[in-house]
Amino acid sequence: MVDFGFGLVPSSRINLDLFDKDKYEELAAVEPDVRICMACGSCTAVCTAGKFSTTSLREAIEDIKNAQPTKALELLKACQLCGKCSMVCPRGINTRHLILSIINTYSIK
Amino acid sequence: MTPLFHLLAAQAADPEVIDRIPSGYSHFVIPFTIGITFMLCWIGVGCIRLLYAIPQADRLKFWKSLFLPKTIVKNLKDLFGDCLLHVKIWQRKPLLGYMHSAIAFGWFMLIVLGHIEVALFVPARLNVTRGGLFYPIFYRYFVWMNPGHTTLRGSFFFFLMDFFLLYVLSGIALAVFKRFRSIVLGMRHTTKPSFADRVALYSLWMIFPLRLLAESFTADLSGGSFLTVGVNHFWHFLFGDKLWFTPCWWAYSICLGLFFAAMPFSRYMHILTEVLWILLRNAGIQPHHPRKGVAEAEIYACSSCGLCLDACPMNVQKKNLKYSSVYFIRFLRRHNEKKINAIADKCLMCDKCHALCPVGVDAPALRRAQRATVNNALPYDYSYLASAVSSGQPSGHGRVHSRFAAAEYGLGPAAVPETALTESKSPRVLYFAGCMTHLTPRIIKSVDKVFKAAGVDYVFADREGGICCGRPLMLAGRTEAAAVVIEANKKMIEESGCDTLVLSCPICFKVFKEEYHLAGIKVVHYTQFINDLIISGRLPVQKKEQKLVYHDPCELGRGCGVYFEPRAALNQLGTLVKASKEYDESICCGGSLGSLTLDSRDRSKISEASLDSLLANDPETIVTACPLCLKTFSEAVSNVRGRDINVSVKDFAEVVCP
Repeated sequence: MVDFGFGLVPSSRINLDLFDKDKYEELAAVEPDVRICMACGSCTAVCTAGKFSTTSLREAIEDIKNAQPTKALELLKACQLCGKCSMVCPRGINTRHLILSIINTYSIK
Repeated sequence: MTPLFHLLAAQAADPEVIDRIPSGYSHFVIPFTIGITFMLCWIGVGCIRLLYAIPQADRLKFWKSLFLPKTIVKNLKDLFGDCLLHVKIWQRKPLLGYMHSAIAFGWFMLIVLGHIEVALFVPARLNVTRGGLFYPIFYRYFVWMNPGHTTLRGSFFFFLMDFFLLYVLSGIALAVFKRFRSIVLGMRHTTKPSFADRVALYSLWMIFPLRLLAESFTADLSGGSFLTVGVNHFWHFLFGDKLWFTPCWWAYSICLGLFFAAMPFSRYMHILTEVLWILLRNAGIQPHHPRKGVAEAEIYACSSCGLCLDACPMNVQKKNLKYSSVYFIRFLRRHNEKKINAIADKCLMCDKCHALCPVGVDAPALRRAQRATVNNALPYDYSYLASAVSSGQPSGHGRVHSRFAAAEYGLGPAAVPETALTESKSPRVLYFAGCMTHLTPRIIKSVDKVFKAAGVDYVFADREGGICCGRPLMLAGRTEAAAVVIEANKKMIEESGCDTLVLSCPICFKVFKEEYHLAGIKVVHYTQFINDLIISGRLPVQKKEQKLVYHDPCELGRGCGVYFEPRAALNQLGTLVKASKEYDESICCGGSLGSLTLDSRDRSKISEASLDSLLANDPETIVTACPLCLKTFSEAVSNVRGRDINVSVKDFAEVVCP
């Protein structure tokens, strides 16, 4: 598909060539739980902030794997760290630390 | 026979104590003088730097607090109780209490009595220019007792000095024994001393035996009592009249000098810093930085005793010992950034180390401050809160009922009487469930039943899901983001016009109580509220044949000091049995939001330990008052393998209204 460099909506095109493996490994070193997410969406279903704003940990993890970390950061900005997601996660992911680590690793400092 | 007044006159003419060495100086005092001068300079500069690092408003608050009658009383009480008598250690571990107060209080008395002796018999020597720094310490070396002129007063001091020396020696003996078998004194784990700690420790052990040696050698000349004179006779028996006391006094002085020189770098800095820390603590100043200002006073006030090692729930696994508060503070002191962050993130923030610390070091607050250095600056965007508060929350009359949510929890629409919203005829009660309670709706259902049974008109603030209370953000060190959430919630509560706010989650309760500053609104936990209902007779209860055990949630018990209300209520409902660790010693359930990095396997180990403590007296039901504990224990009970346990886990409100 031709990218004209402008559009009505931001491009949702996934370009896996842009995937930053080093960054991802850096994140996985801090919080290895990022690897075990199975994208069930339980976290998103119970999310306190999700009631008022578009936020989803499931989607954020997907976005990172799809080389769109900016989108992931945008999604996680609204998180209140209440920890409901960690209580419902069937994989026992340490979600609060994962969220903090994603923001910490991918934010431009 | 000589008349009595002649005797008295003769005594007055001939002094009891004669300066044996007129210059009042001997070379052996040099090591001690160097050591103590170095330590005093170090602490003087340190104190100024420390106070300078405290924000100006806090510093002003500190100076003011020193003149407030209320804090003066508390300061005096704490200084005597904590620094001198060690009441806190005595209460928990009597043998440890004896050991510590023998060394600390005994030594303190030796120093004080030594100075009093000098003040009474050779007052001129107290002057710093005439050796006031070392003379009272080595008093016995410099004087000669005038034989036949010893008064009762003099003998009394001899006795006291010997008594306290024996007292200190008994403490040292226990301390040496503790190095090899600490469990006898009530400590399973002890801290690994650092190099400076070892230098100071071994010289401290040597100081008092050497003092006994030195003073017993000189007892011929300068007198003594039961201990020194007795040992002196023994030396005479062994060595005849050849006594070389100068080497002993040299050794004594060198050990003292070594101890004081090593003190600023060792854990023994707590002896002096504790005083400053108690004053700062009682002034109510919170650390803003994990290393500077008040935090520095805390770091140096830590005696590295290791009582927090046995207290920490993580230490059911030996591999987690390194995450204990004592090591956290040690690494803070050494500025070891990498290790500090890992340790700070691991902690469950159950506050047990703080509650049991003999010095009252608030390590969890320091950990929060440390987390803030990493997490506070992370970006956040809570602009949606403005609209959230006005639409989803009961802001006055414009509230929309969600029949769906009501049906979900099994609450009829009658749960919220419309009259309560329009006319405030009775004190208006606002119930805030919080995020976690929404995941365990049986708590909400039971609370509703209780309120209905007692005829309490209440408004359910976050029936359709509110926003977070801010405590989890604060625990993660995101203080600024928490302030935004707190502001939004505060607005919602103040607009509701309630006068009592009831919370069923201790995490919310703590932050509402401490950070919200809701003027004119009483913030209570539902255990307190329900207990009041039972006492006032509004809620009729029946005592049943059931064996209950109550688990103190960390944030409710140690966090907010609510221990008695839930127990008082449960005593009306059944037989309350004891857990092996309860009140401020209760073990975290393992589900705490405090920890950022502790994984689920480690957590389940903690749950097991906590469960073991609760099941000590075979209860039928474990009662808790926190949605997180409820969830954790419910899972832990079903996961215990290889054991036949038949126990149910219930929430406090469920027990009140089943």
